[in-house]
Amino acid sequence: MSFLSYLINGISLGSVYAIIALGYTMVYGIAKMLNFAHGDVIMVGGYAALTMMLSLNAHPLVGVLVAIVVCTVLGITIEAVAYRPLRGAASPLAVLITAIGVSYFLQNVVLLIFGSNPKSFQSVVPLPDLKLADGALTITAETIVTITSCIIIMIVLTTFINKTKTGQAMQAVSEDKGAAQLMGINVNKTIALTFAIGSGLAAVAGVLLCSAYPSLSPYTGSMPGIKAFVAAVFGGIGSIPGAMLGGILLGVIEILAKAYISSQLADAIVFAVLIVVLLVKPTGLLGKPIQEKV
Amino acid sequence: MKKFNKVIGAAVAAAMVASAVAVPAAAEEGTFKIGGIGPVTGAAAAYGSAVMNGAQIAVDEINEAGGVNGAQLEFNPQDDEHDAEKSVNAYNTLKDWGMQMLLGSVTSAPCIAVEAEAVNDNMFLLTPSGTAVECISGDNAFRVCFSDPAQGTESAKFIGENGLATKVAVIYDSSDVYSSGIYDAFQTEAANQPFEIVASESFTADSKTDFSVQLQKAKDSGAELVYLPFYYNEASLVFQQAAGMDFAPLWFGVDGMDGILSVEGFDTSLAEGVMLLTPFSASAEDEKTQSFVTKYQDLYGEVPNQFAADAYDGIYILKAALEQAGATADMDASAICDALKAAMQEITYDGITGTQITWGADGEPIKAPIAVKIVNGAYEFM
Repeated sequence: MSFLSYLINGISLGSVYAIIALGYTMVYGIAKMLNFAHGDVIMVGGYAALTMMLSLNAHPLVGVLVAIVVCTVLGITIEAVAYRPLRGAASPLAVLITAIGVSYFLQNVVLLIFGSNPKSFQSVVPLPDLKLADGALTITAETIVTITSCIIIMIVLTTFINKTKTGQAMQAVSEDKGAAQLMGINVNKTIALTFAIGSGLAAVAGVLLCSAYPSLSPYTGSMPGIKAFVAAVFGGIGSIPGAMLGGILLGVIEILAKAYISSQLADAIVFAVLIVVLLVKPTGLLGKPIQEKV
Repeated sequence: MKKFNKVIGAAVAAAMVASAVAVPAAAEEGTFKIGGIGPVTGAAAAYGSAVMNGAQIAVDEINEAGGVNGAQLEFNPQDDEHDAEKSVNAYNTLKDWGMQMLLGSVTSAPCIAVEAEAVNDNMFLLTPSGTAVECISGDNAFRVCFSDPAQGTESAKFIGENGLATKVAVIYDSSDVYSSGIYDAFQTEAANQPFEIVASESFTADSKTDFSVQLQKAKDSGAELVYLPFYYNEASLVFQQAAGMDFAPLWFGVDGMDGILSVEGFDTSLAEGVMLLTPFSASAEDEKTQSFVTKYQDLYGEVPNQFAADAYDGIYILKAALEQAGATADMDASAICDALKAAMQEITYDGITGTQITWGADGEPIKAPIAVKIVNGAYEFM
């Protein structure tokens, strides 16, 4: 029985990683850049929703919508101001370092506006928890909503990328920017759209993260952001179903390692598993094999 | 170029004259320069800003009442972002400013780094809230709060002597020197007490959002009381997750838990019945505490926590020691340090974080621990 309860806890932690990883993998898959500020966009989304709900007494759904709008605008702005001018830079490291800079910038701006005191988040999920086996097992409503949203987002994103014209333009840009431009695709617009979608997803992830683990501070996004990045690599970065699989596996491994091996070694074990997976399958669980160009 | 230099020279001369006039006007007997170091920004900013605010209130009060030995106090707070290297930089900045004694650093790891410098300079150091043993390793350093081991030992004694439980579980942060320092002392003292530690689970800074496993293990072990030696931010998550799994043992926290009631949006009913050792309670009814709490709320719009109180007392302790030593503002930092070292062991201080506090040569305060229980969303003395 306790195993089942650990498993459920693992899935609920993993579902949060998964929903963050979706945004990571989306941006990486198209723009081929690691947006290390993704975790902090999540945090901004959390604060946007919290401000709407606490200060303006808005309905939680309004809070979520405002968070999505705020994050989408933020994502487009970050891309236009910080990343686009560097896209032609000689070294891809320039954009990576800028992303880290943006991450610190967001943390400190929020610190300045909202202060460092952690705030407790109200859950946006007004449903009761699911109790099984006479209350011995509890699946929280937040877990159910997070997993459901994850699946919906995964399906919608996959369909969008494979079936629509814009989605195919994204794929083209991801494969070869120069050739895509020659075919009449507006590369800048396509990448901006990718960031808009990725950041909108970050807002949803932020609200769900804070609903499941209701503590919000300017540093809330950084650690889950890193874990979600690991999840995305684990599942195969660039692959949308991979992000979800990687996230959930990461959560389950983390919790089971804590429960049955050692709570101190849990993170070491998670990363050891990651190393083993990457040794066996360098592109991650569902990653496409890299084709050698001759 | 020559003309330009002349202009600058004139400006500098004017400024020097102005400042030479201004200084004696501000204070008849000079000023004591007190430096302050703590995290005013960064993840631990809540502690640093509380310390700086609390200290400033005490400095203003003392200056208004005529200063110390006829001299005014000047307090210069510097930010270290809870970073050891930046803390040492701040210390050097303050030395250039002419600091004669230091209130800080606020957090343990930076304080240890600063103390290593301060002991070489023979600079007097009083840390309001650096709890690690090494924070006051030199004979120049004293502290206002309990050390980590003292807190762990006192917690174990309190639980044992009051017969709160026979089975105790502990959850602690193994990546944090504060939390694991308390845990080690707690575990050692527990052997002498009539209770048994049935589960000890840890977490690290990288995995402090999900506590379901630790709580599940504590629940399965049949613990009646769970000891939580860590900060309130994580504690608020622990209480929420425990409520979600219908686990309701007695909770026992440490001074880092102080602040749990002021987490914005936190459902304080979850913390109902939580016991903690803390040197300060904002709801204490004595006159000193009430006047401090009122002033703090007027100026900064929030209820002061124990960090603010430690700093407020810290400044008054400096005042008491300076008066005992008969120090004057024209003494250099090293002479003041020598005078204060002796004076600290002679004074008995009554403040808002304890009464009849005395200090030994090791710099540790000797005072009775105060335990409070959260009842109806406020602290109540036990």
